[in-house]
Amino acid sequence: MTQQGVRWTADQVLALAPDSASRKAGSKLGAAGPWSEAGSSDEGTVWGLCRGSGSKPYQTVIDLTDSTGPAYKCSCPSRKFPCKHALGLLLLWAGESGTGSSVPRGQAPDWAEQWIKGRRQRAEEKRTTSGASGAPAGDPEAARRRAERRAERITAGAAELEQRLTDLLRGGLAAAEQAGYGLWEETAARMVDAQAPGLAARVRELGAIPSSGPGWPVRLLEECALLHLLVQGWLRRERLPEGLVATVRSRIGLPASADGPAARDRWLVLAQYDTADSRLTTRRIWLHGAESGRTVQLLSYGAAGRAPELSLPVGLALDAEVSAYPGAGRLRVALGEQFTPPSPVTLRPPGVSVAQATAQYGEALRDDPWLDSHPVTLARVIPTPDAGSWQLADADSELALPLTPAAQSRSGLWRLVALSGGAPVRVFGECGHRGFTPLTAWPEEAGEAVPLC
Amino acid sequence: MNSPLTPPDAPTGSSWEELVTVALLGTERRTPSGTAPGREAPGALLDAAAVQTVRRRAGLRPGRAAARPEPAAADARPALPRPAARRLAMLLADRPGTGSGGRRGTAPDLMELLPQWLALANQRGFAAPPELLPALLDAARGRTDLRPAALAFAGPRALWLARLNPDWRFALRATPGGGATLPGAEEPERARQLWQEGLFAERVALLAAIRAHDPAAARELLATTWATERAEDRLMFLDSLRTGLCAADEPFLEQALADRSRNVRATAAELLSALPGSALAGRMADRAGSCVSVDHTGGTPTIAVEAPHACDAGMERDGMVAKAPAGRGERSWWLGQLVEAAPLSTWSRRLGGRTPEEIVALPVTDDWQGELHAAWCRAAVRQRDPSWSRALLGSPSVPEAGGPGAVSLAERAKLLGTLGSAERAEWVAGFIAVHGLSEAFQLLGVCAVPWAGALGRAVVDALNIARDAGSYPWSFSGVMGLAERCLDPSEAGRLDALTAIPDEPENASPGAGGYWAESFQRLVGTLRLRAAMQLELGGAPMGVVGSGS
Repeated sequence: MTQQGVRWTADQVLALAPDSASRKAGSKLGAAGPWSEAGSSDEGTVWGLCRGSGSKPYQTVIDLTDSTGPAYKCSCPSRKFPCKHALGLLLLWAGESGTGSSVPRGQAPDWAEQWIKGRRQRAEEKRTTSGASGAPAGDPEAARRRAERRAERITAGAAELEQRLTDLLRGGLAAAEQAGYGLWEETAARMVDAQAPGLAARVRELGAIPSSGPGWPVRLLEECALLHLLVQGWLRRERLPEGLVATVRSRIGLPASADGPAARDRWLVLAQYDTADSRLTTRRIWLHGAESGRTVQLLSYGAAGRAPELSLPVGLALDAEVSAYPGAGRLRVALGEQFTPPSPVTLRPPGVSVAQATAQYGEALRDDPWLDSHPVTLARVIPTPDAGSWQLADADSELALPLTPAAQSRSGLWRLVALSGGAPVRVFGECGHRGFTPLTAWPEEAGEAVPLC
Repeated sequence: MNSPLTPPDAPTGSSWEELVTVALLGTERRTPSGTAPGREAPGALLDAAAVQTVRRRAGLRPGRAAARPEPAAADARPALPRPAARRLAMLLADRPGTGSGGRRGTAPDLMELLPQWLALANQRGFAAPPELLPALLDAARGRTDLRPAALAFAGPRALWLARLNPDWRFALRATPGGGATLPGAEEPERARQLWQEGLFAERVALLAAIRAHDPAAARELLATTWATERAEDRLMFLDSLRTGLCAADEPFLEQALADRSRNVRATAAELLSALPGSALAGRMADRAGSCVSVDHTGGTPTIAVEAPHACDAGMERDGMVAKAPAGRGERSWWLGQLVEAAPLSTWSRRLGGRTPEEIVALPVTDDWQGELHAAWCRAAVRQRDPSWSRALLGSPSVPEAGGPGAVSLAERAKLLGTLGSAERAEWVAGFIAVHGLSEAFQLLGVCAVPWAGALGRAVVDALNIARDAGSYPWSFSGVMGLAERCLDPSEAGRLDALTAIPDEPENASPGAGGYWAESFQRLVGTLRLRAAMQLELGGAPMGVVGSGS
């Protein structure tokens, strides 16, 4: 049973913070000072009273058992989620080994118990209702007509895009340098109108390439050609094998549901990182199945400025089911039922050599030619400076992978270099045509996973 | 990138390069080989490019590895316990500038605890977790006062990192030789070679290192090249003899009194005057003694001062500065220098066998008291003489101790520095009990951390009195901040009562009670945090960690 008894590390707690201000505020509350009547139960509930500026202390409860990450409840007026009190309480709980501490094991007080009970009851109801009504609601005939209409609009948009690419190649890419960003923005907007968000995103990226430095014509031709390939794939989707059709549909931006068979495993959280644009924060979480050896990705979204709800700190593992989204390669999954709460483990993913890593990326391209990178764990590499940039040199051969230009400028690079100290480390990351993006590293000897992103 | 991923060799010569060229120019001007010109040409070009792109990406191979970095030197210290490593990560996450500024709130200032954490970790001899080194080096980069402790804790791998990242160059400067081990006394040849060929910073470090464990060897090494050193280098080298200064240094220093550089001469004289048995000290004692005597003619014994009438060549040779600064009389300027450089032990003999206390208590004629006592203070600090310091400090509870007496607060702080830590704390506690906190900041700064029980209680009582007097806590924010860092964490329990918001008395400043409660909450919170820090680092709650100075 001890899995629940194992407490998280502070890093894992801090990874839950919605922004750096909360992280800082939470860190300050992670000391015994303002807390009273705090405690935790073996079922994964933590509670406490935090003295704030008002006369009445805030009541904070956290439920750690949920599969989508911890759930929080705090009587403070903050709109941050989790608020600093929840973070502080978790830090306080995480920093201690259990006995004689300020968050002792115990029975939850009534106010905490009520919330937890209500929550679990709701979750239970949700599960039974969603399990019962397996078939999607609504008229299947109407849904089919809607899908057909959308496919027609996409086809029209794709044809327009194809014409645009043809014109570009006829006049030459050199002219694109002068055309600038606006033209591509306009085309991207047309693709949004055509309900093909995948095409829109790719088109928008084309606009930035001419100003991306030396070698841009090569990159622009590559991306134009892949866009052309996608458009052609859509236009001739009836003639493609089933897996590739699903890939094309997801690349175009059509929604799909995770209807693959549920796969139960002990999933180790390899990495979690966010990317944000003006509208959306996208959180990517890589998981590694201890038994199946599969590496899969969870995606979670949040409105701009808010952290996505799902949060699984690096270094934890959970016994859970996942089901794959359609598409060849099948890396994207949805998290299904969870059998244990996430808990720290010493598990590490097995690694491969540098040569095997590029070969794996090459093989993955067979299923999805639009793939920019592929998740891979390098067994023994040494971060090595190479004339102003960095590479990961294989400890056992004369080969090396360059880091991507973006990874060169991140602070995680120096954590990786410091962890290595010139010795081999195990590194999980994304290996692609631009190079390698390190996300998590483990020291050669025993030691915790070090997040690099 | 110098070692890019290498695409596979193209099967048909330069077809990819050709495609790029055609694409750049446009199919209107050029057609790719094997396709017909005209309307279909762009599509055919895109088809071919798509095939080539996927082929090139699928066939990518790793590049050649560059020369691997030399591995960092091993760190033999035991690894930091995990809770302590997490605490450090938390302290480092609290970077200055991320806060809202202004009111400080009830939460502890984590960054302010970093120096203490580092001192404790260094004392326990733990190795730094490598993945935290970048954050630690960044913190030390922004705060020079953190650097010595941070670099000591960071260990050899930090220097290894500093050689790779120009942002952290300061670590190499702070550790001359870039962490290469300095030759010890057992390698005289290597030491001699480094001394003769090394860079200035390396030579200073070498001299300091040798001086620390073999003072005579360092002096002899310096003597070998003394005549050929530049004046500013001579000054720095001479200054390093301050460590382990002993009577055997006298001949060398005496010879330096004839140096071409005035600064070198002054430093040599200062060092000699700190050696009570030196010939220079004797000469100064004779000169000073002839200026100060006890006059019995007026009934009560009184100190009579006859300041020197001239500063002759011999006095200048002994380090005295003849020209007085603007606004000071020449003769009192000379007197001050003479008394400062004369061994304090001579006064008892010259002034009728009196103890320092008795001498300080004697009245002084013609308003010379300020000048004379100030010079004795400087001498007591220079010669590190506790009995004179004690006499000059006097009792902390006499009324004038709180005011601007003959001895300034800065001088008192220096005098306190010559006493043992227990005596220091006792004196400052007595001072605060009588005079309150308004003048105490500087004196608290020289007390050992954590504060001794009596001192801590005196500070807390004084804060409590200040609160009851109805003033705002920010008038005491300096002392509050010190208390957060220096008070013994075991005092936290006694402070709990103060964290409640008191009823507002009639004459109090509006809202002050709430702000005081907030300040005390932060104080208690910080003390608890420090207790936790110590526990995590495997210590019984607080041994003595360095001094606060």
